[in-house]
Amino acid sequence: MIARESRRRFLRETGALVAFFSLPCPRAQSQGASKALPGSLKGSPYLDAWIRIDREGKVTLFTGKAELGQGIKTALLQLAAEELAVPLERIELVTADTALTPNEGYTSGSRSMQDSGTAIRHAAAQVRALLVAQAAQRLGVSAESLSVSMGSIHALDGRTLQYGELVAGQVLHVQAEERSAFVEPGKRVIAGKSLRRVDIPAKVAGGVAYVHDLRFPGMVHARIVRPPSASATLVALDASEVERMPTVLKVVRDGRFIGVIAEREYECIRAARSLAARAKWEESASLPPRAHLYDALLRLPAEDHVIAESAAASPAGGKQVRAEYRRPYQMHAAIGPSCAVAELKDGKYTVWTHSQGVYPLRDALAELLAVPKEAVRCIHAEGSGCYGHNGADDVAADAALLARSLPGRPVRVQWMREDEHAWEPFGAAMVSRANAVLDASGTVAQFEYEVWSNTHSTRPGKAGNLLAGLHVAKSFEPPAPRPIPQPEGGGDRNAIPLYAFPGVRVVHRFIPQMPLRVSALRGLGAYMNVFSLESFMDELTLAAGADPVEYRLRHLRDARGREVIRLAAEKFGWSTWQRRPRAGRGFAFARYKNLAGYLALAMEVEVGRDTGAVQISRVVAAADSGEIVNPDGLRNQIEGGIVQSASWTLSEEVAFDDTRITSRDWAAYPILRFPAVPRSIEVHLVDRPGQPFLGTGEVAQGPTAACIANALADATGMRVRELPFSPPRLRRLFAAG
Amino acid sequence: MPARALLAISFAALLWNCALPVSRNLEERQPPAKSAFDPALVRRGAELAAVGDCAGCHTRQGSAPFAGGVPLRTPFGTIYGTNITPEPETGLGRWTQADFDRAMREGLAPDGRHLYPAFPYPYFRHLTDEDLRALYAFVMTRDPVRSPPPRNDLAFPFNIRPLVAGWNQLYLGKDDVPRDAAKGTEWNRGAYLVHGLGHCGACHSPRTALGAEKRGEALSGGEAEDWYAPALNRASPSPLAWTKEDLVTYLRTGIAEHHAIAAGPMQTVIAQLSGASEADLAAIAGYIVSMMDGAGARPLGAMPEAPQDERTAMGRRIYEETCASCHDSGRTLSSGGALQLPLAVALHDPDPRSLIHLILEGVQPPPGEPGRSMPGYAGALTKEQVVALLAYLRTLAAEAPPWKDLDPAVERAGAGR
Amino acid sequence: MITLKVNGREVSVDADPATPLLYVLRDHLKLNGAKFGCGLGQCGACTVMLDSEAVFSCVVPVSAVGKRAVKTVEGLGTPENPGPLQQAFIEEQAAQCGYCIAGMIMRAQALLERSPSPTEDDIRAALAPNLCRCGTHMRILRAVKRASDKGSA
Ligand code: FES
Ligand code: FES
Repeated sequence: MIARESRRRFLRETGALVAFFSLPCPRAQSQGASKALPGSLKGSPYLDAWIRIDREGKVTLFTGKAELGQGIKTALLQLAAEELAVPLERIELVTADTALTPNEGYTSGSRSMQDSGTAIRHAAAQVRALLVAQAAQRLGVSAESLSVSMGSIHALDGRTLQYGELVAGQVLHVQAEERSAFVEPGKRVIAGKSLRRVDIPAKVAGGVAYVHDLRFPGMVHARIVRPPSASATLVALDASEVERMPTVLKVVRDGRFIGVIAEREYECIRAARSLAARAKWEESASLPPRAHLYDALLRLPAEDHVIAESAAASPAGGKQVRAEYRRPYQMHAAIGPSCAVAELKDGKYTVWTHSQGVYPLRDALAELLAVPKEAVRCIHAEGSGCYGHNGADDVAADAALLARSLPGRPVRVQWMREDEHAWEPFGAAMVSRANAVLDASGTVAQFEYEVWSNTHSTRPGKAGNLLAGLHVAKSFEPPAPRPIPQPEGGGDRNAIPLYAFPGVRVVHRFIPQMPLRVSALRGLGAYMNVFSLESFMDELTLAAGADPVEYRLRHLRDARGREVIRLAAEKFGWSTWQRRPRAGRGFAFARYKNLAGYLALAMEVEVGRDTGAVQISRVVAAADSGEIVNPDGLRNQIEGGIVQSASWTLSEEVAFDDTRITSRDWAAYPILRFPAVPRSIEVHLVDRPGQPFLGTGEVAQGPTAACIANALADATGMRVRELPFSPPRLRRLFAAG
Repeated sequence: MPARALLAISFAALLWNCALPVSRNLEERQPPAKSAFDPALVRRGAELAAVGDCAGCHTRQGSAPFAGGVPLRTPFGTIYGTNITPEPETGLGRWTQADFDRAMREGLAPDGRHLYPAFPYPYFRHLTDEDLRALYAFVMTRDPVRSPPPRNDLAFPFNIRPLVAGWNQLYLGKDDVPRDAAKGTEWNRGAYLVHGLGHCGACHSPRTALGAEKRGEALSGGEAEDWYAPALNRASPSPLAWTKEDLVTYLRTGIAEHHAIAAGPMQTVIAQLSGASEADLAAIAGYIVSMMDGAGARPLGAMPEAPQDERTAMGRRIYEETCASCHDSGRTLSSGGALQLPLAVALHDPDPRSLIHLILEGVQPPPGEPGRSMPGYAGALTKEQVVALLAYLRTLAAEAPPWKDLDPAVERAGAGR
Repeated sequence: MITLKVNGREVSVDADPATPLLYVLRDHLKLNGAKFGCGLGQCGACTVMLDSEAVFSCVVPVSAVGKRAVKTVEGLGTPENPGPLQQAFIEEQAAQCGYCIAGMIMRAQALLERSPSPTEDDIRAALAPNLCRCGTHMRILRAVKRASDKGSA
């Protein structure tokens, strides 16, 4: 009832709006209208920034977010199709393009549904309402008497108007309203369903699916010859022979930035190899000692930020528990090395890129190339999954610089495997310390937590954020790293426990100096902080002689959190689980960023002490991400996050000596292969129709790590606090007893 | 076939000679508590188990160490490693130290059954009481796994266990650990480990038709799972002499920059050796290097250009187009330098099996651990191409006399994949 | 000129004989299926079939291909008309970014051709050379199983 009432009111209001619209200058009414608009409508309030319909009725949907393999295209199309009452196949979707789409910043932080999904759903609902109001006027009937389906509007008497007939003039160039009338949950036929993803058929059958697959007439290939180490300086380079190699067009050298362009890709690679062999570098031992990495980090100057503080009387004589946790540098390690195509034509650059933020990249490229922003257009094209800020922006800069030296020819640059492994910005190494005092009943009375970390974002916006910007002769200063503020946080993301502890003190010790270049890796600090906090919860559980699930519930007030914990425990069979030799069970929970999706995990592992092998036998997840747009897509994201985090947790660690990164391929940086992935993963979803989208992409990273740690401890009695739990490390630990 | 028949007859002839030992009822014994063992002894046992490569045959799945099930393909059929965890029903849970010692030294299970000599008791019988105590302590403190091993799949007559008694009479009884007080403790310890616990001869010594080590030819080259196991004495095929340091590094990491990267069966041996003590590794390396006695000071040039015939010319092309991008440029940027092929021991082996397996199967690091890798070329190169490559590498790169019968050797290796 | 048989079609390419098959497929023949991942035979993104074998096309020089039939994921079907294994991947929604998927499909195809009803352990072992960074493994396993069950039913 309420829904229908508000819908009627809405239509009355939009009816008024349409009348208003016949004013000659539609922009006139725009001032000050957008303050409380939902999602990304805040930044781009006009409806036609999101949805355009032409006279033939063709619908085009615009999003500033990019498909990163998370299925965002399908989810956004579902929302639009539902609210517009247009078949999904008839909607064309344009993703992140600085010439066409709204500026939605980065596609990151599990925010796509929250930002773009919210905006698109509102825009679509409002566009439909506008069209209905138009039709009502045209047909001389009430809007309520009209029904909408398949992109047309029907009157009771059988008269029908197509959307295309109603869009004359600037009818959609109107600012969005704060509220929309959505299709009621019970009547939805597209949103909330496990529709198949629109991008998958091309991906399984060799269609053009990635920036790597773009082929333009006249396109040439380029490779970069990077320095052997970050601080290496170029002493000499004799390129003359390489320039004479078959199909080579050009060797470009600008400071430490060296590229080679050739007509053909393989010839280009050969030329780059031979160029690399001819370059003489001077290197210095500038990396921290890997064996004492964490001590070295702790010795660097840090800025302290107290991010949570509430005093509580410390119980006299309460049990005290302390622990320190460590996480090494880890890689995004995309399967497809970073790639971009750039072309300079008539003084304008076009760059096809799999960057997560086409607008910030455009700004950085403009600075790098010393041209106005308007002279650079960045178009998103899919890459291999990136999981954060990897080499995508850097390779776009490489391509743009090389395109500058060869105007009129599109230049395709793809990094080689060793470029990606050695030069992508890593996920930061971190240290955390937790300290708690329990009361007589074992309940937490006082809790303290400190986390040391570099920044978790050196994303572009500035030329100094681009690798090439650091390597060109007139190099750019990297902007001073800054912590990402709470509530989202960077190194301190999820550092504040969600549990209701009476006394809490959490300090983010931000380390500005970066021994290795780092940036956003899926989950940012949440991976480490959830690993630490949820490992620590189990250590406290043990000290309190409690059950891990009960102990978490005892401390958690958040009702939705409690529900996913209960659900995961129940589906796993926590209370009936039978102990077996070598096997252990673990539990972990977090609400990502303390404000996005909830995830609880229960897991069983089998551990071979003598081999250091950990086999995850079963994972049961329970998730609440608010209203669900595509359940299967959500499951896919969570399953993937669990497997990826298991890989980070069980084997991944960037290797380096005092000068160079030494883990430059998959042999030196192993990730999980098929025989070692979990035997089974179940994901149970809690749908919350009508609740905001909470974002899911990164929810699994932290809980998975902690869950493995807890199951490992349960199986062996050994608490491992340093990541990764690789076979050699576990063997050493177990051998030492 | 006649050879097989002959074996059967000789086995049968031995049968009269074997007294069946008395079996003992094990039912009531409970496994000893972990706490019954001195942790230092257990740790020592772990180091020794690493030298003995117990896991090589007894661990199939990393998450269930020592639970058995590793298939060992022998010329007589397939034998599966047994469950040696202290699980009472399917493992060694009910074994006493005395039972353990008897199995290790005499190849007899507590119930009197004969163990097949694929279990290297012919070597283990040299173990000292002290080392056996440590190994027993180690074994009995492992996590128990309930897992019955698969049934062995041996051809007649090798599936008749009592025949083993005859085998024992034939082949056991001689003390083959060299001793020489003049050479010092480390050398003697090395000899003891190599010929005893390390059972290096199980692969690196030639064997008789009945699978026993040939007398007087210890460590002069053998085979394991169709790989050639190079001689570890004067007959060492390595073109460069091994130093003790090289060998220690190799045993510890599987990489000797100037000789070889461990692959095939040796890879699992090396994976275990990382758990051995420094002193034991040094002793093993020192002893083996002394056995090699400076073997392998052959001059070697760069990769030669001029092919002799059509096949080596084709091999040369394949080398150039397939192998050279790593092996010539010594790709230092990826997982580490690729070997310079003229130095690689496998090119100098008396037969091509190891090199064939390397080419077809490549080298992969153990799961989840950093290491070196080389892709396998089975399926990527045709048999003919592999043969040509072998011919080229052998005669031109290694400047060694050609291997015979490359075609059937490649065929066989490919079929076993 | 080098003559190849790719997806049932004879083609001639003008390429240096040492060019890895991968680049010939992608650049000369404009096929997108096989992907560059490492060029080292470590990730499987470039997997194609040579006769009945799955191989890393990044380490096979085009000159070595000879008369053998090259099959890429394009040879199994199209986005509009996917082949059975591709269809199974679609039904299981077995992709996230999808970059690894063409290689996975080709390795699985080779497996199913030689062993139509593999166990889950067989599939895991067979796919071990191929990496997926998105963690799509569970779905890939299901897709291959789905195709196999159908194929053998
Ligand atoms: S690209 Fe060929 S295996 Fe990685
Ligand atoms: S789906 Fe992205 S790498 Fe496999």
